[in-house]
Amino acid sequence: MSDSTNTTESARSSGGWLSDVRLWAAIGLVALLILPHFLYPVMIAKILCFALFAAAFNLLLGFAGLLSFGHAAFFGFSAYVTGYALQTLRLSAELGILAGVAVAALLGLVIGLLAIRRQGIYFAMITLALSQMVYFVALQAPFTGGEDGLQGVPRRPLFGIIDLSTNMDVYYLVLAIFCIGIFIIYRAVHSPFGKVLKSIRENEDRAISLGYDADRYKLLAFVLSAALSGLAGSAKVMVFQLASLTDVQWQMSGEVVLMAVLGGIGTMLGPILGATIIVSLQNELAQVGSLSTIVQGAVFVICVLLFRRGIVGEIGPRLRRWRDGGEKDK
Amino acid sequence: MNKTKATLLASAATVLATTAGAQEISDDTVKIGMILDLSGAYSALDGQGSIAAVEMAIEEMGGEINGTPIELLTADHQNKADIGSNLARQWADQENVDMILGGANSGVGIALQDITSEKEIAYINNGAATAALTNENCAPETGLHWTYDTDALANGTAVAMVKEGKETWYFITADYTFGHKLEENAAEAVTANGGEVLGSVAAPFPTQDFSSFILQAQASGAQVIGLANAGTDTQNSVKQAQEFGVVQSGQSLASLLLFLTDVDALGLDTAQGLTLTTGFYWDQDDAAREWSNRFEERHGAKPTMVQAGMYSSALNYLKAVQEAGTDDAKTVVAQLKEMPIEDAFARNGRVREDGLMVHDMFLAQVKTPEESEGRWDYYNIIRTIPGDEAFRSLEDGTCEAIKG
Repeated sequence: MSDSTNTTESARSSGGWLSDVRLWAAIGLVALLILPHFLYPVMIAKILCFALFAAAFNLLLGFAGLLSFGHAAFFGFSAYVTGYALQTLRLSAELGILAGVAVAALLGLVIGLLAIRRQGIYFAMITLALSQMVYFVALQAPFTGGEDGLQGVPRRPLFGIIDLSTNMDVYYLVLAIFCIGIFIIYRAVHSPFGKVLKSIRENEDRAISLGYDADRYKLLAFVLSAALSGLAGSAKVMVFQLASLTDVQWQMSGEVVLMAVLGGIGTMLGPILGATIIVSLQNELAQVGSLSTIVQGAVFVICVLLFRRGIVGEIGPRLRRWRDGGEKDK
Repeated sequence: MNKTKATLLASAATVLATTAGAQEISDDTVKIGMILDLSGAYSALDGQGSIAAVEMAIEEMGGEINGTPIELLTADHQNKADIGSNLARQWADQENVDMILGGANSGVGIALQDITSEKEIAYINNGAATAALTNENCAPETGLHWTYDTDALANGTAVAMVKEGKETWYFITADYTFGHKLEENAAEAVTANGGEVLGSVAAPFPTQDFSSFILQAQASGAQVIGLANAGTDTQNSVKQAQEFGVVQSGQSLASLLLFLTDVDALGLDTAQGLTLTTGFYWDQDDAAREWSNRFEERHGAKPTMVQAGMYSSALNYLKAVQEAGTDDAKTVVAQLKEMPIEDAFARNGRVREDGLMVHDMFLAQVKTPEESEGRWDYYNIIRTIPGDEAFRSLEDGTCEAIKG
């Protein structure tokens, strides 16, 4: 994982167009801008929400080496907060989303403070336990609507003026949110902060001995990841106009692990690809009968057995090797 | 020359005929979409059996309405409201679905109600327990709630048992909205009929070990222990109540939400003596028996009330389309409200203004193993509860759209 990021940087300095990040990002953005004219916009918007969620989760697992089993708490609870802000407090869209992100960040701070005191499996268990508490709050608090969820959340105009009533409008809002979120993650990973995170992932003791306050870095990464997960959850409310228990349940925490692992942890594209595959599978298989959960499980097993570094994690190095080999031949 | 003229005339006539047809039934098919749980907790009581039931309804109509074919789409919502609502939107925008049948899961049920009313598609829910579908989340012009709701179940059981002289109650309640709602409804009915609620205990959801709650309920000395829970909670609490000898020691056990498949899973040894309210029992009368036998041949099990309700709602919807000559949602729903609902499932049914299908419910007691003549022979019907008594009255509802 660590060498893959190193090779990206060395490849960039060698200047091959294949590894120009900006070029690929621009191509991706153009594709996403025109895609909803060919595919169903609500569906792509949903994929973008989950892709952002998986990427935020990956920031923690892939770059800081912290496996959280409680990310549904941030994703789902911010959805409730945004839903409540839009429906009951009648705030405009951007304030609703900000409220969701703020609460998710705060929640991340509390859970993070407690969880980073332990490592490995204990860290995972603590996040799982605390996220279950959030789940029970969502189940019983008067403003969440229990198992009915918050329904029919209005799509209030952005800044009070930009209309968001059609699916297309909301799609472009979600696309903007997605781009901002991914950009933040990209910057974080490629900054000195990201380098320290990676060093903590590789050898925490050495990072501490070099004078880095490992806990502070881990906590910051945790809060950032929680806030971005919250951003994804809030965006999802704008798309579906509902917030439900599904999104705070522990199964959702598992699903995001599946998305990140399937796509390839520690890569930028991996979680996005993983989310696309899982969400499309769920949607397509929904109409084929009782297969969806079985196929999802099978996909996971195949992934773990055949390509442990995930799809992008396996294909990326191979592409690079093929290209480097080609260059040497010349 | 003449021949060309004739061909032209003929083709003009065909065009006219098709456009006329299109005005009546959009895009020349009546499309029914089912969004239900095919793989999760509700798949036994709903699931494939519901699809089989709706197929039976379509076959009964001959697969077409006045020459227009009927098409059925089905999908698994996986108990996720976003998947359900995504499917509904997609079907509405891209498949021109005319009616959506929603299955169990209240969260998904309400999400579908919002989308169908926005897209002006007819929507009938069977299986979601929440009474919100015809109260705060009602959409009386397009959305109907067919089989049962929490009000009818809680109310039915409570009133009937108090009238039998079982006046003191104690509730074991699943500690979330659904459970509290059930308890509240039942407790209201108990006190309104001269009974008394001695107390209640909230059990976390879900609970494996009910022993302390059952002991409290036994110690209360109440004549009836009401179980305001569902699914595995109900199964666990019933099993453990049996182990504590609740029914044997003279207290009655009343389940406020129990399906035929639950009893099948529990077995009669455990479930015997349980009192419950159901919207349908396969052995309730000749019409139900005849249909249920055909259903069993096809699906391999007797129908639950949800599956029978699916059949009934699809059949009556199709009849209403036929009667109205159009698949326009509001016209068909208005037509349904005019029609008496009487088939293998419903007795004395009618669709009320707020979208609730009011029909007779049945108070049943689970048979002892000695009484039962075999698998599925599980209930003694003690009493038929007239629809108006079982369901919430229109005045008590909170549906804004009809209050004006």
